[in-house]
Amino acid sequence: METKFHAITNGEAIDRNDIPHLPFTEFRDEALALVAEGGKVVQLFGTAAVDGALPDGALPDGLLPTIAVMRLEDQLWVAATDLPETYASLTQEAEVFHLFERELAEQFGVTPEDHPWLRMVRYHPNYADRPDVFGNDYAVDIPGNYSYYAVAGEEIHEVAVGPVHAGVIEPGHFRFNCIGERVLNLEISLGFQHRGIEPMLPGATAGRRQLLVGTIAGDTSAAHSLCHAHAIEALALADLSVSTPDQMVRTAALELERLANHTGDLGALSGDVAFLPPANYCGRMRGDLLNMTLWFCGNRFSRGLVVPGGVGMDLEPVDSETVLGRLTELKPQLEHVIDLIFTTSTVRARFDGCGRVSHEDAQHLGLVGPAARASGMDYDARRVFPTEHYTQIDVPKCQPFTGDVYARARVRADEIIASVALLQDLLPKIKSTKSTAVQDHALAPSSLVVTLNEAWRGEVSHCVLTDAQGKIERYKIKDPSFHNWNGLAMSLRDTGISDFPLNNKSFNLSYCGHDL
Amino acid sequence: MLKTLMNRFEQGNRTSSYPKTPIEMPSRYRGVPTIAPEGPDAPADLAKACAEACPQAAFDADKRTIDLGRCCFCGTCERVSKSKLVHFTQSFELSTAKREHLITDGIGAKNGANDDANAGALPDLANHAKQHFKKLFGRSLQLRQISAAGCNACEADLNVLTTPFFDLSRFGIDFVASPRHADAVVVTGPISRNMRTATLTTYEAMPAPKAVIAVGACAISGGPFTGSPEVSEGLESLLPVDLFIPGCPAHPLTNLHALLSFFK
Repeated sequence: METKFHAITNGEAIDRNDIPHLPFTEFRDEALALVAEGGKVVQLFGTAAVDGALPDGALPDGLLPTIAVMRLEDQLWVAATDLPETYASLTQEAEVFHLFERELAEQFGVTPEDHPWLRMVRYHPNYADRPDVFGNDYAVDIPGNYSYYAVAGEEIHEVAVGPVHAGVIEPGHFRFNCIGERVLNLEISLGFQHRGIEPMLPGATAGRRQLLVGTIAGDTSAAHSLCHAHAIEALALADLSVSTPDQMVRTAALELERLANHTGDLGALSGDVAFLPPANYCGRMRGDLLNMTLWFCGNRFSRGLVVPGGVGMDLEPVDSETVLGRLTELKPQLEHVIDLIFTTSTVRARFDGCGRVSHEDAQHLGLVGPAARASGMDYDARRVFPTEHYTQIDVPKCQPFTGDVYARARVRADEIIASVALLQDLLPKIKSTKSTAVQDHALAPSSLVVTLNEAWRGEVSHCVLTDAQGKIERYKIKDPSFHNWNGLAMSLRDTGISDFPLNNKSFNLSYCGHDL
Repeated sequence: MLKTLMNRFEQGNRTSSYPKTPIEMPSRYRGVPTIAPEGPDAPADLAKACAEACPQAAFDADKRTIDLGRCCFCGTCERVSKSKLVHFTQSFELSTAKREHLITDGIGAKNGANDDANAGALPDLANHAKQHFKKLFGRSLQLRQISAAGCNACEADLNVLTTPFFDLSRFGIDFVASPRHADAVVVTGPISRNMRTATLTTYEAMPAPKAVIAVGACAISGGPFTGSPEVSEGLESLLPVDLFIPGCPAHPLTNLHALLSFFK
């Protein structure tokens, strides 16, 4: 298709001068045209330096330099523009921009006019020292000036849940508008987990950056570390090309992460419909999978395993043999428990038709990962933008699904089976690896790199911009949960409120990945 | 029905007999560190190099100590010193009752041996536990967990204690859904500005006497987020902490050992 956006490749640095700079109206038209063709937003963010110490009036002429990264089929597109203090929102034309525009407003004080739901995302003062778009005084506690969507009527009632929840889980606030047991609307307001990671990254040493990207979402450590590693490898002036065995280990790390989390999710889903045996079995097997990662790197959440330039450990053939042995032992147990879950009629009765998100809604919201695949979108970054060893692997396309809890569970089960097969094929090929030390590298000046990887929740993307001296000027992170929280809200429409826990588990989104 | 039974048979009994039988950790696990005294193998220069390389500023080159409350157990100092100065043992018994106890001089190594048997660099937790807590909560301990900007790794490794391998409830310990039912609060994460009030409100909602447990580098010191204006410098700046469980995240066995030693 014809577009004024510039084609880029996943994980390849480009000169910032090669990014087409479009006047805002043209930028808006081109971006919307991409969406009309089925394009999705990968990143949309202000590129003013964010290092926690912006001087007053940091935006020249009051304009916010902004970059959009879009994807359409198997191509990535980039363009830049300058956003005036108020601009015509893109969200009113295409829902996929919804949270991105709210984030821009919160981070830099630019107002998207006619945005249908302009609210805070994470509740923090903007980085540009501008008047607050939301009229908040941040000395006052969260939520500030946040008016929730309200439904009026005699029999309407509201249920407010959180931030602290009943289980051992992260904090967030859920506001239900119900008529009787039926949910008319669920609004999810987050921000409680905001730690200010993005402003910390540009000034951090390589060692600290490694720790920070590993904790963006602790359960998605491998994927975020991989996106970070790809970005640094692309930008570094030194040759940081990754050896084939290292690539295999990194691929294995990502797949083990997927396996552990999907297995845990299936158990939790089973537990939520009161079928307890698989809940216990999956909880235990998830631990075994985490312990395989522990075997590789000394940490159950793969901290320090994926580093720029390779892997952080010296591995011997015996290591992958050990993990392969454990996985081979676990495989039939996984298969049998999955079979047990999906052939138990009481489970099927609860899963089938619950919390359906239509294909059309999923497209509009721009869902990613298993949640999107459950609604019949077959996008998988491993197949469409392959990195590492995925270039050699045939990641199976998922079958069309119905968008309900059953579909979201089934996608996970299928991915577990596929991941086990993938690892059984991959692990025997891994011989020894040599550890790569985490160190500061000189980076290419005035460059941009966009990296994408398929984490267990969906597409993770990091975007790094360097200044004329080769210092990181802006480090933008996007966790898949940023796309998917609204999918959860959508699934609850017209669903019984007692099915909320089940639907919530079926998405199992990250609070801290969203809140950063 | 048949499938349920067959699965039950295949899964078997998985509950660990810890603490009766010890559990051995894999060799790459990084637990209690040992630190070698100054000598030809571990000169002052090497200590400086370790301190400079530490991303968490947890290593003090002059005193030759590691602050386990800041340490993220990334193993950088061990790599830099090629295990000659710092060596992480496989001992997961890392927890202490006092913040200052977490600043360890790695005494195990000073005794001449750089091995796990001598890893006792930390004061014995059971001896420093508050005795009235043992009396009150030794038979039944109900925990309320607050994730205050935790990255879900510490939360996951607490949650896993309820799975069959660890089976926390066999010790009379459980996680409960309300602070009203809780004896102790378990806080994870660096307590973001946006979670500060919710954390304090939850604590206030608990009936006294109550214990406070900080799990993970973030809850103890701010962890990797130290220095961000959006987080605190640790739970102690808000609440009186009784038990410190370090790690990034704290291994489930570190958590279990701490709970059993401190309360049982």
